[in-house]
Amino acid sequence: MTQQTGSFFARALWMTEGRQADVIPLLQAAQEAYGYVPERAMEEIAGVTGVPVSEIYGIVTFYKQFRLTPRGKYVLKLCDGTACHVNGSPDLEMAVEDALKIKRGETDADLLFTLEVVNCVGCCSLAPVIMVNDETHGTLTPRKVTTLLKKIRTEAKAS
Amino acid sequence: MSRQLVVGTATCGVAAGASRVLARLQQVVADGKLDVEVTETGCIGLCYREPLLEVRDGGARRLYADVTPELAEKLARGEESDPSVAAHLLRTGDGDDVDGTLRHQKRIVLSRCGSIDPGSLPQYLETRGYQALRKALGMKPADVIEEVLKSGLRGRGGGGFPTGKKWQFVAAQPPGEKYVICNADEGDPGAFMDRSVLEGDPFSVLEGMAICGYAVGANHGVIYCRAEYPKALVRLRAAIRMAEEAGYLGANILGSGFSFDIHIKEGAGAFVCGEETALMASIEGRRGMPRFRPPFPAVSGLWGRPTNINNVETFANLWWILLEGGAAFAAMGTERSKGTKVFALAGKVRRGGLVEVPMGMPIRQLVTEIGGGVGEGRTFKAVQLGGPSGGCIPAAMCDLPIDYENITATGAIMGSGGLVVMDDTTCMVEVARYFLSFTQAESCGKCTFCRIGTKRMLEILERITAGQGEPEDIDRLLDLGQKVKQSSLCGLGQTAPNPVLTTVQYFREEYEAHIREKRCPAHSCNALVQYVILSDRCNGCTLCSKACPSGAIVGERKKPHEIVLEKCIKCGRCIATCNQGAIAKV
Repeated sequence: MTQQTGSFFARALWMTEGRQADVIPLLQAAQEAYGYVPERAMEEIAGVTGVPVSEIYGIVTFYKQFRLTPRGKYVLKLCDGTACHVNGSPDLEMAVEDALKIKRGETDADLLFTLEVVNCVGCCSLAPVIMVNDETHGTLTPRKVTTLLKKIRTEAKAS
Repeated sequence: MSRQLVVGTATCGVAAGASRVLARLQQVVADGKLDVEVTETGCIGLCYREPLLEVRDGGARRLYADVTPELAEKLARGEESDPSVAAHLLRTGDGDDVDGTLRHQKRIVLSRCGSIDPGSLPQYLETRGYQALRKALGMKPADVIEEVLKSGLRGRGGGGFPTGKKWQFVAAQPPGEKYVICNADEGDPGAFMDRSVLEGDPFSVLEGMAICGYAVGANHGVIYCRAEYPKALVRLRAAIRMAEEAGYLGANILGSGFSFDIHIKEGAGAFVCGEETALMASIEGRRGMPRFRPPFPAVSGLWGRPTNINNVETFANLWWILLEGGAAFAAMGTERSKGTKVFALAGKVRRGGLVEVPMGMPIRQLVTEIGGGVGEGRTFKAVQLGGPSGGCIPAAMCDLPIDYENITATGAIMGSGGLVVMDDTTCMVEVARYFLSFTQAESCGKCTFCRIGTKRMLEILERITAGQGEPEDIDRLLDLGQKVKQSSLCGLGQTAPNPVLTTVQYFREEYEAHIREKRCPAHSCNALVQYVILSDRCNGCTLCSKACPSGAIVGERKKPHEIVLEKCIKCGRCIATCNQGAIAKV
């Protein structure tokens, strides 16, 4: 994942025309810059668009994409779409929980991994699937998941 | 001419390892020793054999499946007669593939997917691209609509409303600011045709939107695309830029005086935003909650202006209708459902992927002849059609020809065309619980019955699958289900009970087995099964006893182990770790 910097969000704030329609793209920019939507970002978006912070908070909590807490370097999007579900995504979730000691929606202590359970990433014929940041891994088994996570951890330590 | 190696790099291909194949081939090209050219293409729909690679040699084309980087290198060197390479040959030219998956298909929407490079406007133009827009611009807008009406095309997003009629409503509004929206918020779990089209043939969607804009008198287009489809977004952005530069989008398209621009809005993850009024609220920067209709979007849509909303697959049909004529399209299909439909085959089927067939094909043919049926030793039990808004159709009814009315009559819906196959190991009560947990979580909370009714239904289903069902529970589900359907504003609530109602209708005995006998016939619901170790298969490797969190597995090393039932918490970790297939649920 190419993590953007704070200046990316600052630039987005400067470029905006400040309409109500810009609220969601600005929130997306904030999240891309910081990995989550900080309170301060909501205040700044309210400042340029004139939409009250309370309403912006309502938007943030309505859409699943937005997070109010920081995430790990690697975000695991575990697909629990129909095909993945009938092909064993619950077993994969258990394997991730066991390996990382985190539950869905949580981030581990060293901010390396976040586990999210998502609806469908559209790779149903390769079910069950996990996306690690933007990379999709298909036809997984609990065993393959454990190996994959180990590999990522080793690579992260090395870099 | 040099040999061309074409790698399928849609999301499904990449997930199966296509990027490693591509990287290796690019290395080969960089070495400069071989006269080969490497390009990318979208998804041909044979997802179960990804990664795919096609060799184009003069006029000949050969498609190879399950390609590894090593195999790709051999193909680059032209070692196609090597038996280990030849074993991967899936099809030659435009012919049938060895599995027969393509035999019964009729590809319009998917005709370019997996064939052209989605990042190349010239390749799109070579395959009749933008001829339809050129033709439309030479016609009167009313005649374009007439052609679409004649085709009988109905909305492919699930509703099935006649596309031409929708266009007529928008065109009839007084001139002024109007919008065309492409609904690419494909949220149904189990459906991925829109993603494939956007990744494999993005120009066809842009062309369809421009034709629509011309016909209804709109100059602005918006594509509302899921943020979960990063690759589709990248390809769409690139396609829009290229089309603008070449004059197929923007001001005064092809010198006709007609102007049309397209912007992309990224969705932020809300299933309900697939509903048109919620989608527009989201584009306008608000919480994506549906509103009451009328006024319909055709009268008052985005920013209060007349708006035409169609989904990706609908737009991708238009070039063909314009070029071949509405009558040719209407010649395919059934009396009331014309043309072809793309289905996403997934679940317990051997050959999962994307298939496009004429309307009217029996479901069974789709599952057994195209999909290859269910796995060895398993029985085909049902299909789930239409995602969480759809329903389960039992195998006994699967000789039904697919069309909108037939599917609706079963209690399911056509939906976007996600077709999930289920076999005898799938528990229908658990399937109903799964779908309801999805819609319950995705309910926006506006309507009381959708918000609370689905929650109560989910609690009942959770209770049944946990072995604590009560005899009255089935009636409670039916009663609540009807009320949720009747008292919800939008399609989400109106269809949310469908998976429950259809499974009760067709698989009532499974519900009763759970409730009365505390038994799960499919051996799937954890609370109602016991884990046992098959002593003839267990080699005593101790993997399971190490994985067991409750110390319920005992036995000596290299001797068959046993599960102490009192201690077993039925978590399934032993099954996941066993590599002998020695643990079973009974």
